[in-house]
Amino acid sequence: MGSQWLFTLTYGALVTQLCKDYENDEDVNKQLDKMGYNIGVRLIEDFLARSNVGRCHDFRETADVIAKVAFKMYLGITPSITNWSPAGDEFSLILENNPLVDFVELPDNHSSLIYSNLLCGVLRGALEMVQMAVEAKFVQDTLKGDGVTEIRMRFIRRIEDNLPAGEE
Amino acid sequence: MADAVLFEFLHTEMVAELWAHDPDPGPGGQNMNLSVLESVGFRVGQALGERLPREMLAFREELDVLKFLCKDLWLAIFQKQMDSLRTNHQGTYVLQDNSFPLLLPMAAGLQYLEEAPKFLAFTCGLLRGALCTLGIESVVTASVAALPGCKFQVVIQNS
Repeated sequence: MGSQWLFTLTYGALVTQLCKDYENDEDVNKQLDKMGYNIGVRLIEDFLARSNVGRCHDFRETADVIAKVAFKMYLGITPSITNWSPAGDEFSLILENNPLVDFVELPDNHSSLIYSNLLCGVLRGALEMVQMAVEAKFVQDTLKGDGVTEIRMRFIRRIEDNLPAGEE
Repeated sequence: MADAVLFEFLHTEMVAELWAHDPDPGPGGQNMNLSVLESVGFRVGQALGERLPREMLAFREELDVLKFLCKDLWLAIFQKQMDSLRTNHQGTYVLQDNSFPLLLPMAAGLQYLEEAPKFLAFTCGLLRGALCTLGIESVVTASVAALPGCKFQVVIQNS
């Protein structure tokens, strides 16, 4: 018993509640993503304070920090990093075990539900705060019968600070 | 572990989300949202209760159960024990936490007092759910006099 269970159990109860509140899985997925985003934009400060990692110079460094530092710190697992695109702007995080789903089975009528979608929002929100626009999405999910859980991360663009009007 | 922080972030977002549907729900609406939070907490409390090692549950008396909640459960969840436990020995218990972690993010001070119930509803449910799994039916409410301290009142329901 401990705070890890507390997070996992609370997350499960939240997903259950959202499935009651919203009529279809797509809306639940969007809500989880949005909530994750709101968490991510604040979690990044906590992460930077705890981890003391410096600025990442490229997406490869970012991937390493996400998998080896962030996931380890908050979820106690270290996903592996695979499937880099030739351009170096996409990679996959492979989670052998997803701690969020430890006690979970998807009921039959929720086949489109992306149960752990909060994580995608968290990644997106956190990285946005360090000037990276990314897309994160689940492409494999053990809850749906896949052998592993895979999150695909795609770098979209660097977010530049906006200059005031009239300056170059 | 930092996952305690993860729970706190999730809790704050849940409170925000359940209000976001209706930013100004009015008195009836607010009660509905508090009860949703409470029932989410209840489910979590039940599930936590189910995961306790059986040998921990050899309680002789109702008071032992409440002491367990104040010490072991609180420590496991919030990394601290409840600061005080009082009872009238007739089924009412008051559990006081002088620095409740889920209230800490709010500024200390009276101006945020009316927001406090939103941040306590989940935990009231959690206590009620854990007690339920331990065989005790109860009504749990909470009150705040001065942030970040709060009191949980547990009233045992006789069957």
